[in-house]
Amino acid sequence: MQGEMPKGGRLRYLPRLLLIIPLVAILWVPSYNALQPELAGIPFFYWYQLAWILIGAGLVVIVYLIEIGIARSAE
Amino acid sequence: MNAPATIVFVALFLLVTVIGFVAAHWREADLNLLHEWGLGGRRFGTMVTWFLLGGDLYTAYTFIAVPALVYGKGAIGFFAIPYAVLLYPILYVVFPRLWAVAHARGHITAADFVRERFDSRILALAVAVTGVVATMPYIALQLVGMEVVIGALGFPTEGLIGHLPLIIAFLVLAAFTYKSGLRAPALIAVVKDVLIFVTVIAAVVVIPAKLGGYGAIFAHVPPEKLILAPPSGDSLGAYSAYATLALGSALALFLYPHSMTGILSASDGNAIRRNAALLPAYSFILGLIALLGYMAIAAGVGEDATHVAGFARYGSNYAVPALFLTSFQPWFVGVAFASIAIGALVPAAIMSIACANLFTRNLYKEFVRPDCTEAQEAKVAKIVSLVVKIGAVVFILALPQAYAIQLQLLGGIWIIQLLPPILLGLYTRSRSAPALMIGWAAGLATGTYMAATQGFASSVYPLALFGVTLPGYAALYSVVLNLLLALSLTPVFNLLRSRRLAPAGR
Repeated sequence: MQGEMPKGGRLRYLPRLLLIIPLVAILWVPSYNALQPELAGIPFFYWYQLAWILIGAGLVVIVYLIEIGIARSAE
Repeated sequence: MNAPATIVFVALFLLVTVIGFVAAHWREADLNLLHEWGLGGRRFGTMVTWFLLGGDLYTAYTFIAVPALVYGKGAIGFFAIPYAVLLYPILYVVFPRLWAVAHARGHITAADFVRERFDSRILALAVAVTGVVATMPYIALQLVGMEVVIGALGFPTEGLIGHLPLIIAFLVLAAFTYKSGLRAPALIAVVKDVLIFVTVIAAVVVIPAKLGGYGAIFAHVPPEKLILAPPSGDSLGAYSAYATLALGSALALFLYPHSMTGILSASDGNAIRRNAALLPAYSFILGLIALLGYMAIAAGVGEDATHVAGFARYGSNYAVPALFLTSFQPWFVGVAFASIAIGALVPAAIMSIACANLFTRNLYKEFVRPDCTEAQEAKVAKIVSLVVKIGAVVFILALPQAYAIQLQLLGGIWIIQLLPPILLGLYTRSRSAPALMIGWAAGLATGTYMAATQGFASSVYPLALFGVTLPGYAALYSVVLNLLLALSLTPVFNLLRSRRLAPAGR
């Protein structure tokens, strides 16, 4: 079906667990409420969160590719 | 009046006006059908969806308000970034599923989905009304963004003459939205994004260079503002406030009618999934935009005599315009301001279309004229979209800016109450509309109450639980209550229903 991942066993959705990683990392505020270490003059608090935007996007890409791969091999 | 900036500004504005009208012929179809006018015919592939959702998500208000918060309050204003980190996994997992159901059943709005899934007109009505009411202040706030840059161009902002630019801008917006529907903002979003990217890249390269590098910029910011104040005593303080602001905002964003519209107009679920990977580009830009607040501090715009009037009138919202005026050549100021103003037009257009979709399908067609033809449906939607925009303009012109901001705060608390019906509708077999109604009502009341206790100046409520104070986003707390009620009352109502249908002693 267009647009919906094939509902084979639930295990197909396992890759999505990867997406919990950015959630936990970013909600754990005390872990990044600091000024050091700096990157290019930018305090940790700021560049760390910006980095997580990119890491999070990367994880979505990975999950997407895995799921597309699973869908293709199921055809 | 800043002549070079104004000329560039007006030229770009004219460009998008033309595009707005021409858009009616893009992927040409009968714009008298609601799904063509209101959803672009559901033919927007990955890239167009990217521009459209980006147009939804990154608005003039974002460009002005996020840096303003950082400028005024420091680290806590950066919550827009963790919010963005949380957003995309949610988008990836939940919304293609909603898309699939909506596509299969011909739903245009969230209320359509709820109506069918829970077989309840009342619940659908609640969803529709919540959506419309929560969006209207948001539209009004886009105008605030536009007003600030028009004022920064040097136009007087008092009296009818002062309001004229805004009124003209809105008439233009109203006209091409009426004509072209969703295609207009989708196409204009391309121009908007190019302008915003250009402006932001210029800002994050040119301005730090002028100010002596990022290290120097951060050095200008008082240290206590630079990170969150560590909590003291029995409170989780800024930590829980920050995390809940991020989480609550992420959960709420896609519940807004205009986000729904953006999602449901995609051509397939994979377009949405791909966007979950591509849209973060916008969020990264948003992170850089947030840092403009600190750049404004470092550039000393608050001490600059030329900006005193602007800050007096617009408060911290003047930080970004002031920064651009100080740092850029006049002609580029025109480009930058145009990107903000166009960044107001696109979401305002999409939001008004989304409200119109909701009103037409779930209020007008449902309760007033069920037998209306498709052409009548589209006509009503076009008119409603117009009325909504007029209402927003009147609101902004007649009321103090602070009211719009407060209403927007409440809007966020209200819109998040739509989460349980969507989640339960997609992931459970619950059929209990009464349970969801009770949850919805309780969430609305609690969230509004929490904001009221803060005098509507803040949506962070100090929740006291087991001896610990957890200052947190009222929207999140209230939706948790909503969800808990819905989940726990569902079996109760199901039991009552089965008792009623199959009387005891059978």
